[in-house]
Amino acid sequence: MGRAWTIYKKELKSYYESPIAYIFMVVFLAVAVWVFFRGFFLIGEVSLRGLFGIIPWLCLFFIPAISMRLWAEERKTGTNELLFSLPVEEWEVVLGKYLAALLVYTVTLLLTLPVAICVSFLGNLDWGVAIGSYVGALFLGAAVLSIGTFVSSLTTNQIVAFILGVIVVAGLMIVGEPIVTMFIPSSLPWLVPYAQYLGLAQHFSSIARGVLDTRDFIYYLLLIVFPLYLTINAIRARKVG
Amino acid sequence: MIEIEHLSRRFGATVAVDDVSFEVKPGEIVGFLGPNGAGKTTTMRVTAGLIYPHAGTVRVNGLDVLEDPVSVRRQMGYLPEDTPLYDDMPVIDFLRFIGSIRGIRRADLSRKVSEMVEVCSLGNMAYKDIGELSRGYRQRVGLAQALIHDPPVLILDEPTSGLDPTQIVEIRRLVRDIGRQKAILFSTHILDEAQKTSDRIVVISGGRIVAEGSADTLARQVHGRDIYQVEFSGDLPALKDKLAHLLEVATEKEAEGGWAHISFASKTNDDVSADIFDAAVAVGGRLRRLEKQAATLEEVFLELTRGGEEEAQA
Ligand SMILES: Nc1ncnc2c1ncn2[C@@H]1O[C@H](COP(=O)(O)OP(=O)(O)O)[C@@H](O)[C@H]1O
Ligand SMILES: [Mg+2]
Repeated sequence: MGRAWTIYKKELKSYYESPIAYIFMVVFLAVAVWVFFRGFFLIGEVSLRGLFGIIPWLCLFFIPAISMRLWAEERKTGTNELLFSLPVEEWEVVLGKYLAALLVYTVTLLLTLPVAICVSFLGNLDWGVAIGSYVGALFLGAAVLSIGTFVSSLTTNQIVAFILGVIVVAGLMIVGEPIVTMFIPSSLPWLVPYAQYLGLAQHFSSIARGVLDTRDFIYYLLLIVFPLYLTINAIRARKVG
Repeated sequence: MIEIEHLSRRFGATVAVDDVSFEVKPGEIVGFLGPNGAGKTTTMRVTAGLIYPHAGTVRVNGLDVLEDPVSVRRQMGYLPEDTPLYDDMPVIDFLRFIGSIRGIRRADLSRKVSEMVEVCSLGNMAYKDIGELSRGYRQRVGLAQALIHDPPVLILDEPTSGLDPTQIVEIRRLVRDIGRQKAILFSTHILDEAQKTSDRIVVISGGRIVAEGSADTLARQVHGRDIYQVEFSGDLPALKDKLAHLLEVATEKEAEGGWAHISFASKTNDDVSADIFDAAVAVGGRLRRLEKQAATLEEVFLELTRGGEEEAQA
């Protein structure tokens, strides 16, 4: 665990010193604030609904940009050879890297708190719902990040990792939407709830409404753990091939 | 310290390492010599547990790499080929990172890092980003990270490649200095390098060990096989037959005007020029060239590894 922590700190430092994390934060915040003010001035609505409506899209495009380098860069420059010549287990490295990227996302998310505070002054904010939304956004981002991590471990090209990440996450986002479920043949009606359960955004919106359901949390937990597990396996498999 | 037994490793259809066995004892510096593609890196990667072997075993300090890779790596410093390092990290931070993953306690970390900066003469570069360093300094950072935990076993994959002669001398001195108590395996494709740095040379070619011994032993073996360049016209099979107990044909080609150009490798240490002359006369042929060449270590190396190169290119 100590070694996972060392990896975590090192990775964090490299985010801290590279532009990508800042660009991510600035763009994420700019979009969030812009959406909020648009709602405020155009519809005269004081709420966080706009902000949390846009978060799945921000996750879709920006989290793969954070995760793309995690493993692709390591393999491209050959530093994974150095890393794994150290007395570390694969899971320690995978976890350390993942947590560092997750912190970058969490901090970005927390940077939108002033918007929430604004809302609470200007209108009447339901803090229960707001906290639910933040928790939901955290889980959503954590799941997308885990998928991005796995995708990054499959290639040495960061751009490929980014595009593949967006595609996989987009697929998961739309799988539960009517646009997909309406193509499920009527002879297989039992498939529909499964497709809906698989859909990423579905669970997010129910958490964001302040409904904290264990099924949603189990879904996200699986979506966090499984890709990380696959990442560890992908790294191990390369030793055999 | 390092015991490699019947190691084999393929990549798809390529057999990178084929039934390789050798060992490195404590206090010994072994030069792992072979042309590009011979299987040096693959052997070393298996030894560090970076890839798995398809057959055979590797033990480091009695521990099987497959069974306990983390303990093996704890006792080992490893310098990967081409020195991949985290270019965005300052030298000091990088060494601290390696040190703390290597389990050096926080209280000792700064001292250990300064020690490495000192030993590897990194003084002026300590606060620079690794990406800004010259090839020579980079290599020293690579050595420093391999040495920071004072491991009993060191594996260095081409530690001097791409360096200029002065840098090579420095790295060589460094390796010799630290090598007194350690078991060191370093690879190179340059004979001179292996000869100057190591106590013993293991020559690999086409994935197989083709020779092994101290530089002197290898050289002596070579001097036992002097080469005779002969140009002869006449009954060639009869000549070869007459000389068969002394010489074997290394190469043979037809030169212009019925002159055959043969190089013989001798089977003894004695000068057999007179015997060749007598044999040529005895079979009623004519000689126009008879030249004895003491083979150099280079020639033996080329000779030993020629098959491997052809295999690799095929
Ligand atoms: N990761 C790999 N994938 C496919 N082939 C490889 C890989 N690594 C090495 N090889 C092949 O195995 C052989 C030995 O390579 P290597 O061990 O790198 O030799 P050396 O280090 O002596 O130059 C070469 O033919 C090389 O092409
Ligand atoms: Mg090599």
